[in-house]
Amino acid sequence: MSGPGNKQCDTGDGYSFAYLDEQTKRMIRRTLLKALSIPGYQVPFGGREMPLAYGWGTGGIQVTASIIGPDDRLKVIDQGADDTTNAVSIRRFFEIVSNVATTEQTAEATIIQTRHRIPEAPLQEGQILVYQVPQPDPLHKIDPRENETRKMHAYAEYGAMQVTLYEDIARFGRIARTYDYPAMVNARHLMSPSPIPKFDNPKMENNPAIQLFGAGREKRIYAVPPYTSVRSLDFDDHPFEVQTWKGCCALCSSTVSYLDEVVTDDRGGRMFVCSDTDYCNKRQADRALTTETGGIVAPDEGAKL
Amino acid sequence: MKRDLAAPELRPAFADPVFDTQAVFRTLMSAVAYPGRIFPLDRSVSAPHPLDVAATALCLTLADFETPIWLDGRASSDEARSYLRFHCEAPQTTDKKSARFALIADPSSMPHLMDFHPGDVEFPDRSTTLIVQVPSLTEGPTASWFGPGINQVIKPGIAGLPDWFWPEWNLCSEIYPMGVDVFFISGDMLVGLPRAVRVEV
Amino acid sequence: MAYVAVKGGERAIINSHRLIAEERRGNPDLAELTISQISEQLGLSVDRVMNEGSIYDRDLAALALKQAQGDAVEAIFLLRAYRTTLPRIAVSKPIDTTRMTVRRRISATFKDIPGGQVLGPTYDYTHRLLDFALAAECGIGKPEAELADEPLDSVIPRVIDLFDGEGLIEADISENDEEVFDLTREPMSLPAGRDQRLQNLARGDEGFVLGLAYSTARGYGGAHPFVGELRLGEVIIEIVPEDLGFPIEIAEVTITECQMINQFRGTAEQPPQFTRGYGLTFGHCERKAMSMALVDRALRARELGEDVRYPAQDEGFVLPHTDSVEANGFVTHFKLPHYVDFQAELQLVRQLREQREADQAKEAAE
Repeated sequence: MSGPGNKQCDTGDGYSFAYLDEQTKRMIRRTLLKALSIPGYQVPFGGREMPLAYGWGTGGIQVTASIIGPDDRLKVIDQGADDTTNAVSIRRFFEIVSNVATTEQTAEATIIQTRHRIPEAPLQEGQILVYQVPQPDPLHKIDPRENETRKMHAYAEYGAMQVTLYEDIARFGRIARTYDYPAMVNARHLMSPSPIPKFDNPKMENNPAIQLFGAGREKRIYAVPPYTSVRSLDFDDHPFEVQTWKGCCALCSSTVSYLDEVVTDDRGGRMFVCSDTDYCNKRQADRALTTETGGIVAPDEGAKL
Repeated sequence: MKRDLAAPELRPAFADPVFDTQAVFRTLMSAVAYPGRIFPLDRSVSAPHPLDVAATALCLTLADFETPIWLDGRASSDEARSYLRFHCEAPQTTDKKSARFALIADPSSMPHLMDFHPGDVEFPDRSTTLIVQVPSLTEGPTASWFGPGINQVIKPGIAGLPDWFWPEWNLCSEIYPMGVDVFFISGDMLVGLPRAVRVEV
Repeated sequence: MAYVAVKGGERAIINSHRLIAEERRGNPDLAELTISQISEQLGLSVDRVMNEGSIYDRDLAALALKQAQGDAVEAIFLLRAYRTTLPRIAVSKPIDTTRMTVRRRISATFKDIPGGQVLGPTYDYTHRLLDFALAAECGIGKPEAELADEPLDSVIPRVIDLFDGEGLIEADISENDEEVFDLTREPMSLPAGRDQRLQNLARGDEGFVLGLAYSTARGYGGAHPFVGELRLGEVIIEIVPEDLGFPIEIAEVTITECQMINQFRGTAEQPPQFTRGYGLTFGHCERKAMSMALVDRALRARELGEDVRYPAQDEGFVLPHTDSVEANGFVTHFKLPHYVDFQAELQLVRQLREQREADQAKEAAE
């Protein structure tokens, strides 16, 4: 496709800038504005087939393709990491079809497309977080018939969801939902935050950045505008709480980030490391800098131990 | 084929449609995401009389054959009509309820909000977006805006609106999530007012 | 053992692309397949890919099949992704299948029909014996079929229309100017109209639609179907350009059309009569056209006042699950890393087990 520095609309292979044709972008852009106007409401849109498979981020990709421009700097993460294969693949896609600059640093990015995580570093005004969403309707598990769930959303009949959560409490003594934990947006629409761990739910509330959600296969787009209330469902006697870990990250010693468990050998060896690779690398670099006088060499970007 | 249809006085649209509409869209999205803030457009276009630059840019960015557009008496000059027909290919309608966009150049005599389409109970997104050209975005009476996208409160001074506008705006919250969304336009500046915003005058 | 964070995803991807290219080529000592060979000699594969890929273009479908190493679902996906980038220029006039240049046309409801039964090309009465002549190095030469003495009529009425006079079969929907739903531009919206349903089924996975059709005839949906007519041949596609105002021919395409007749016992309002199920595909796809017609009829249950009791009658179940591109994407996406969610679940299961052990210890102590 197009060579570096080429900012023509045509990518040289007959495809448009950012892959989508202008009519499709216009349709998605109109959808995005409606989504921001009605926080948490799932707007149906004429989702297109993309050159990546459904379930692999086509909703997020269509949203990103409709908003991205030559001045943007794109970051793509999957499981919090920039170097997971699908994140690499999606980043490459945008490098090829839009020639846009990319980055692994959260603070530098104007658009961050994500699957399953919200970065640990706080987001700022002017940044846009694009979520890849497999199943946009939090009520889908309660009733798979879209006709029915649409009515529940229309009349804010969310009792069934509360009952489902309460059944967990009756059975397990706690709400047994650990990711894709439903949240109420602007005190009106029940929303799936996508399969992020519930650890990330509080980050959605009153965030200065724009949060856009794209579900390609289900053909829905929704949004959380900046400075918007996002309340995770809970009960007075069982308030919402997030995951915590006993230890800290084995690489950067963070005690406040979401940790992945890594199997280190076949004898039960385990270690915990940050899922957000940019956050972890930055902390390791900072630490190396402060202890440089002590003769410790900064770890390389492969984060080897 | 298009060239033959174009009258000689027809003004050009964006010089670079792909990147100009992308840049304008980002400004529009910011305006909806951060209601009440004034956003200047960083792309220019030669607007047909009596449309403002920002209103013209908005139509070029969002309107097409899928979005019927309604124009008020003042906006519907021959020049504006043929410009929109040629560059956006948007059907022009006289039925306010079927319009996806409504262009209002004379806000003092604008139709009531509920004359436009508020969407359906199950599909509140199928509503009209109002594009209202006003004399000023700062020199009108100040009102306090609250809601999604607003950090605490913001106090724009939109000028030229009829007296009933704000009371009626708040009445519309009764039917939320149905409702209309508004862009206020002045020259090349714009302010977004999505339906979730509450206003105290 | 030292821990090494996963890196180098990009190199792995590029190498994987090279590997797949190598596998696709197979033994380089053998001649490479050409697109025209695929299009000419694997015609039914090409037809399926065109049909479910929703583009009538034999060369593109053949290219997709070559690129996908013959995997139909992958080829359909390639074609659909390409299709996305094409603008919709016009909507054609409805095609008239009575004016089809018929190559095959059969009816199971009448022994003899106006215009005649035309067996045409079909595997139906071949004995499924492997033909080793096809495997011979020297090939099979140039097989030729005999020509009929007379050409077929240029207009061949549809068998099912012969009932119309008696009112024994429900009336066909007459042609109208209503805009046809376009699933490639609008999301599905239930309850679906017939346009949306038929478009969905035409694009749907052949295997899935076949299975559903089979279920309706095995007691999971009270179908008593008859093939009113199945016809294969070429039709003309016409559009009416805005600036001309009259139709012009833009293409000739091969299609398969199936009209199924189903018994209907009638309701208080309606006398007993036969009802219709309709199937239409690009190319020669009889199995698909018949399956489509059966499922179309099953999905009309609600409209006809029948109980919706079986999967094939439930549009909320059928329509969202027919598309192989959607289904394939979602099922295979479970290959993607899910370790953040898995970690969250792991923590929960550990917590629940700890709690259970504590509870049991407490009980034992009491």
